[in-house]
Amino acid sequence: MIEGILGTKIGMSRMFTESGDSVAVTLISCGPCWIVDKKGEKLQIGYMETKERSLKKPNAEFFKKKNLPLLKVLKEVKITDEKNVPENGTMIYADMFKPGDKVDVSGISKGKGFAGVMKRWNFRGGPATHGSRFHRAPGSIGGASYPGRVFPGIKMAGRLGAEKVTQMNLEVIAVDREEHVLAVKGAVPGPSKSLLYIRKTTRGKNGS
Amino acid sequence: MVKMIKDQVRNNIPEFRPGDEVRVDWKVGQDRKRIQSYEGLVIAVKGKGINKTFTVRKQAFGIGVEKIFPLHSPLISSIEVLRRGKVRRSKLYFMRERYGKAAKLKEKREF
Repeated sequence: MIEGILGTKIGMSRMFTESGDSVAVTLISCGPCWIVDKKGEKLQIGYMETKERSLKKPNAEFFKKKNLPLLKVLKEVKITDEKNVPENGTMIYADMFKPGDKVDVSGISKGKGFAGVMKRWNFRGGPATHGSRFHRAPGSIGGASYPGRVFPGIKMAGRLGAEKVTQMNLEVIAVDREEHVLAVKGAVPGPSKSLLYIRKTTRGKNGS
Repeated sequence: MVKMIKDQVRNNIPEFRPGDEVRVDWKVGQDRKRIQSYEGLVIAVKGKGINKTFTVRKQAFGIGVEKIFPLHSPLISSIEVLRRGKVRRSKLYFMRERYGKAAKLKEKREF
């Protein structure tokens, strides 16, 4: 089998377990993915059917030659079980995971723009009142005439977010193969409708 | 709405609004078998879909108690409307400052 599958974030909701507990879940529209090709040690999977006009001609021909639907996204994925490698053209569904499985979910986090040090690095900042005149500023960034420069790697304000983030060891709460939906406990990086990669976790005792 | 969420939405809930007095039979305990009744005034209904919750306020031994129930929770075995109140707003947080006779709401009567 392969390590993971591609999906799209739907949004967050609430689900009730059999014991009646309420769990915050993220709903992921998960797959179906096609096995497109074998690339060395990895398998290439494709996701999200599109129209021909939204693909470049050579890319569209690539799928036609392989007798596959036109796909928007391609990703190379590790093989976890060497004995059971799916053939090219097979479809992978959300039911590759079962409720109770632990997964890692990767995506592009929400962009925060140019963020100050309090938001970006969790600096404490200063008191809001009592005339401190020191509120959200970074404070000292180093010495004076010796060393006469700022050391590289000092935490400062700058662009935050919009980078690849992996949320690890999330529990799968529910799977729906027909509707291609996966419910995962907790939050997942990125805005709704963004592309996600869901794989069997590499963390803890469930990891490979 | 996604099907797996839709499946969890309960359809057997009586209609009630803020200002109504309700009795909620609520499964408690380790095995969630014992049923406890909680009776009071609905002061708020929040959220929509499966996230909908309602707040029930009552006086317990002279102290105001509020409990927030998820409307679609399987732990709610039944909800009974005891009295319909006549109110003009959707959030009755002003009831927190009232006690005794001032905390009475006019009953809504249907003719």
